[in-house]
Order: sequence, then structure tokens, then C-alpha cells
Amino acid sequence: MDPGGGGTVSTWIAALGQFGDAIDFIFDERESPAGGAQVGGLAETWELMWQHLKLSGVSIAIACGISVPLGLWLGHIGKGGFLAINASNVGRAVPSLALIAFFVAYIGVGFTNLMLALVLLAIPPILTNAYTGVRQVDRDTVDAARGMGMTGAQIVRRVELPLALPLIFGGIRISAVNVVATATIAPLAGVITLGDPIINVNTYGDEGRLAAAIVVALLAVVTEVSLGAVQRAVTPRGLKLERREATT
Amino acid sequence: MRTHRWLMLLMLVVAALALAACGDDDEDEGGSGGTTTEETASSGIQKDDANASTSITVGSKNFTEQKVLGEIYAQALAAAGYKVDTQLNLGDEKTALKAIEGGDIDAYPEYTGTALLSFFGAKADALPKDPQQAYEQAKEGFAEKNLTAFPPTPFTSSNEVAVTKETADKYGLTKISDLAKVDDKLTLYGSPECRQRLDCLLGLEQVYGLKFKKFTSVDIALRHEVLTKGQADVSIVFTTDPQIKREGEVLLEDDKGMFPPYNSTLVVRNDIAEKGGAELEDVVTKVNEGLTDEAMQELNARVDLDKKTPEQVAGEYLSETGLVQ
Amino acid sequence: MFQLAQLQIRKDPTESCEADNGFCPDWIADNFDRYVDPFFQHLYLTVIAMAVGFVISFALAIVAYRRRWLINPVTQVTGILYTVPSVAAFFLLLPITGRGNTTALIALVAYVLLIIFRNILTGLDNVPEETKDAGRGMGLTDRQLLWRVELPLALPEIMAGLRIAATTTVGLATLAFFAGAGGLGEQIFADITFKSNVIVAGGLAVLLAAVLDGLILLVQRLITPWTRAVAAR
Repeated sequence: MDPGGGGTVSTWIAALGQFGDAIDFIFDERESPAGGAQVGGLAETWELMWQHLKLSGVSIAIACGISVPLGLWLGHIGKGGFLAINASNVGRAVPSLALIAFFVAYIGVGFTNLMLALVLLAIPPILTNAYTGVRQVDRDTVDAARGMGMTGAQIVRRVELPLALPLIFGGIRISAVNVVATATIAPLAGVITLGDPIINVNTYGDEGRLAAAIVVALLAVVTEVSLGAVQRAVTPRGLKLERREATT
Repeated sequence: MRTHRWLMLLMLVVAALALAACGDDDEDEGGSGGTTTEETASSGIQKDDANASTSITVGSKNFTEQKVLGEIYAQALAAAGYKVDTQLNLGDEKTALKAIEGGDIDAYPEYTGTALLSFFGAKADALPKDPQQAYEQAKEGFAEKNLTAFPPTPFTSSNEVAVTKETADKYGLTKISDLAKVDDKLTLYGSPECRQRLDCLLGLEQVYGLKFKKFTSVDIALRHEVLTKGQADVSIVFTTDPQIKREGEVLLEDDKGMFPPYNSTLVVRNDIAEKGGAELEDVVTKVNEGLTDEAMQELNARVDLDKKTPEQVAGEYLSETGLVQ
Repeated sequence: MFQLAQLQIRKDPTESCEADNGFCPDWIADNFDRYVDPFFQHLYLTVIAMAVGFVISFALAIVAYRRRWLINPVTQVTGILYTVPSVAAFFLLLPITGRGNTTALIALVAYVLLIIFRNILTGLDNVPEETKDAGRGMGLTDRQLLWRVELPLALPEIMAGLRIAATTTVGLATLAFFAGAGGLGEQIFADITFKSNVIVAGGLAVLLAAVLDGLILLVQRLITPWTRAVAAR
């Protein structure tokens, strides 16, 4: 451990050098420290990022396909609140690594199995937010719609869904960032994503590992910011900003 | 500070476990196949307090057999009185070499074949077939790096190409070259460094001309999982793996002689080897004597099948053979 | 010349629960002690991260409560820290803080800042204006108002934030072994295909999260007797 003083300054300078090497890794191919193959470079970085996004995207899409209709329906009929709201609490208590390990031990490695685990990881925030989003729609608005002769399905589609959209996208945003983060440990389950240089540092080298960490961090931030923008875009001007944050 | 207290507590636990492993008799497996009483009042490895001035850090690579070997050497050396530290589970062979050359570790068990192919650039078509020859060549190579390679173990743990019985029956596979007729239908799973190794995918491509449908890299610990769970058609395993017999896997014959001999040799930094001198060599020789093919498979089985820790198993080896009382 | 004795070799592949990578209560009972140290390391990481995170967030929140212009920048920065995946954070910190507890703790603390900061502010903002007026009317200074009225009333929200922070920190601490800080995740990773191992290590993590959640809830009930047990959270 450095005793501090001059030691700290040189640590920071050395660190800067390492970050420089990492950036270099992203753009330039070089021979693997294990020898025999080329690693690094834009092509490989893009390939890894694509795998990462593909896994994340498919998982989130399926999770939405399950949670949004379910949450909307439960919110509409006003039942299953306990399940919908505590889904998030339970989901939060299960570590992502434990969930993936469970699937690997019981089902096996591979894209499909891992995707199932990620879908399970992504469902709770979306489900909770979809339910809460519908529940918080002003009851008078719903009654007025019913008075106008709308059927249940129409009410959901034309009244509750649009008003719940900000919260739903809030949930999607939370899930998306979680899934992108968890996809980093996908190589443990045999799926090669941006986490590969981090987990298999011997093949890619220390610069590769740091480079992957940088790209993953950027990817997560971009996901958060872009979905945040979508969330703001779907918020009707009248609703206050604070009301969007029902769960974390 | 909290950190220091935890560190001390952890070290105490490790020390306690190490002591327990060295001293305990095993309670399970009844059987008194243990120690012979006729020979020696002394146990195999004698403690010499003079050795306490020599500190040795023992490392290992990142799979079961390596961790067991690392623990065995570490515990044996500790029993001989050396000041021993361990840094097991370092990574693949290149990582371990970097660690020992850089002084992070002082010794680790390497395989003669791996050293020849991965470190010393041996050509795939000029590999020694004889284990002793392979050792001599590796020893020369290590000497150039200021590393001493101690005499090898009797057991050899080779990389091997494995398929399930079903796959072997389905395509009629007995030799590796049989794969050539169906390789475009098969997926190969191997460790991350497999792609670059002449005794792994690279060799299969160059020596046998195989071109698999897909290669997926997977953690080395999952090499049997992927085969039995059906993800992989072909997997690279070690001949001393207990899972081979257990799962009924079929090892394909290396008809083109791609795999060199893989006896394990303890590689030690020259300065430590000198300091340890004849006593160090004696400990290693005694330890190696009991490490036959059967013994190594049994030890691996105790970790992989019985789910014991490498530390426990190493202690069992040393006490069952009578090396350490 | 010393003669080595024979190692006990097994005859044939025997049927055993462990060899099948199954769920084996006997094995778990015999080997439970290998999970004890990782459990306490996990607890240590979580508690320290929460404590440090709370102190920092609290300080930030108190300052930002009066100087509203600070809220947005602090939210943005803590938001980015919250978004960066912990595994990435461990290795981004590696060149600077190396492997070990410190790196893990920094990343874990950075993650909880947003949650706790936001909840403290929300709690303070939710204090009814009338209550504050009443307090001012009684002659309380701003500082007294904060500590004697606003903060106590904000407690439920603050505790809710702590509960969320606790459960998520336990989850993230499972990845702390990447930073070289041990924890239950290291056990999971050691044999990811062995059902017993995964269940015990994972189960202990979930248990820890649940217990911490319950403890904080209990403390909340104890120190805010005037609030009725609210549903939801």
C-alpha cells in the first residue's frame, strides 16, 4: 500500500496511463497476451457490444411483453396489488449473480437459459411500475370514461395506459440498466458479451479489461439517458416530474 | 481498523484449517489403508527449523488439479519448516509464468507439455513423445528463464478431446481424425485460451485440419457441464478428470500425436531453489512419488465429486501417504 | 528409505448426491462452515457501505435542502454513479485503488448515494407547510425546525430509502469478489454448477437482505411511533 504523498500522485499518473492503454485497446488490434490470436480493435469491440445489446434487448423486450399487459390488467381490475408491489421488493433482494448461478446449476449454460434468467430479473420493476402507474390514474377520469360508454379494454388502452406511460417507462429504464449491468457477467453462463474481457482477462490483457469496463459503463449511461428522454417525452405536460419515481 | 481485524480473523481461520488438515485423521471412509507402521518412526517429511528463514510463495493455475497440487506442495513445504504462503487460482499458464517471473510467486506446478507448447515454442510436429525427454526439454527452457524445474510426477494429465457416448455412437467416433467427416456439424467448447493453444483448438485446426461449426469459450470449470447438458458436441478435458468415468464420456484417440506428455513439474525460482537446496528437492521428490495417475484422479475426484476443498484434499493426501503426521 | 503408504482409491464411480451436483442436505450440514466467513465479510461490506453512504448522502441532502440549486447537479452526479454497473466500477477503480475491500466499498457507496439522497430530500419536501409554519410560529429557528420537526417527520421516507439501499447493496456485494473483496459471491463463483452450493450461498445473500430490510423496518417502527404502519413499501 502506498504511504501517500508522492506515492498517490504517481498512482494517479500511472492510472491515467492505463486508461490511455485501454482506449488504445478499443481502436487498435494487438496480439493477445496469451499469444496466437488478435484481440482488440473496433471490430471486436463492436462484436462484443452487439452481443451484449442483443442479449439485453431480447430479455427486456420479453420482460415488457409479460409485465406491461399483466401490470396494466392487475391495475385496472384493482387486484393482485400485493404481488405486483412486492415483486420489486423480492426481486431486489435476489442478487443477479445468485439468479444466474441458479439457472446455470439447474438448467444449464447458453443464450436461452441466460436470457430466461435476465427476463426474470427484468420483470419486477416493470410489473410494479405498470401496476402503480394504472392505480394512480385519477379515478374520476376513469369513471368519466366509463360514463362515456368505453369498455374495459378501451379504458385501459385509451385512458389508463397513456397516463401510466411515464411510470411504465420509468420501470423499463430501471430494468434496462439492471439487465445491461448483469449482462456483464454473462460469460459465466457461457454467453460472450462485453464482460468477456473482464472475466477472461488472460486472453484480452489488462488494457482489454479496463476497456471493456469503460464501454460497459458508457453503455449503461447511454441506456439510462436515452430511456430517460423517452420517459420525459411520453409524460403529458400536466403531470409533475416527482410522480414518475414510484420505485427505485 | 476494521480491515485489519478481519484480515487477522481470516488468517487465523486459514491457519487453523491448515493445522487441522495437517494433523487430522479422516473420519469417513473407515478403512485403515492409512499408514504403514513397520517403516519409520519418523514421518516422511521432517521439520527443519532452519528452513524457517526461507519463505516460499506457492501459486497454481485455475483448475482443480492445479489447486490440489499447489496445496500439496504448500502444505508439504510448510511441514518441512519453510515459511509458506499461497496464491492459488492465478489464471492460465501465461498468467502463472508472468507471476513467477515477476516474483509474485516463487513456485508453481506446470506441465511439461504445456511448457513446451505455450512457453518455448515447440513445433507441433516435433514434440517429444517420451515423458522424460519432454521433461528434459522443458527443464532447459525454464533454466533460460532462471527457473528450476524439479523432477516430474509419475502422473500425466493430458488435454484430451471428449464427446458423449451418444455422439461417439452416432458418428462412429473413436479417433480425433474421425471428427474430420462431421466437424462442420459440431460445436466445440473450450477454455478461453484454447483458441490460441497448439494443444487445443489451434492444434486441432493445424494438425488435424478440423474446422468446427462453432467454437464457444467457456470457463474451464464448466468443461464437463457443457458436454453433459448438451450444449457442446465436443469438449476439451483432462485425462485425470473424474467426470470422464462418471459420465461415461468417450476420449478420442490422438492418432496424429498432437498432445505431448504432460507430467507435472514444480517450477521454482532459481534463488529460492538454491536457498532451499537439497532439502527442498527432497521434499518435492517425496511428494511426487505418490502422485501416480490413479492417485491424481482420486484426489481430483475428492474435490470435484465429493466437493471437498483442495486444502482438505491436499491434507488428506499427505496424511494418508504418511508424508505428514 | 521412507516408503509412502497407499492413497485410498475409490473402486468405481459411486452414486452420490454431491457427484451429481445435486441439492444435498447432508453435505450442506457438514460443510456449512465454509460459508460463515464469506457471510460475515458480506455483512461487513454492506454495513460499512451503508453507513458511509448514509453519512455522505445526509450531508449532501442537508446542504441541498437549503440551497436548492445544488439538488440538480448532485442528482446528476449521484445518478451517474448509480447507473455505472458495479463490475465495471470495480475495474475502473482498479488502477487507482487496487484490489481489495477499499475498491469494493467505494463502488458500493457510490451506488447508494442517489437512493438515500433522493429519499431524504423527498421526505423533507413532504413535510406539510402548515406544520413548518406552526413550528416557526412557536419561535423555532431554521436549524431547530430542521432537526426537531422536519427530519423526524421525514424519517419514514428516509428509512424507506435505507431499506432499498440495504437490499440492493447486499445484491451488489455478491459481485465484490471481482474487486478481490470476498463475500458470498466468491462462494457462488467457486462452484456455479453445484446446486447445493448455489442454493446455500445465494440463499444466505437473500436472507441477509431480508433480515437487514426487516431490521431497518423495525427500527423505523420503534423510533416513529406516531406513524401508522403504511401499506405498500
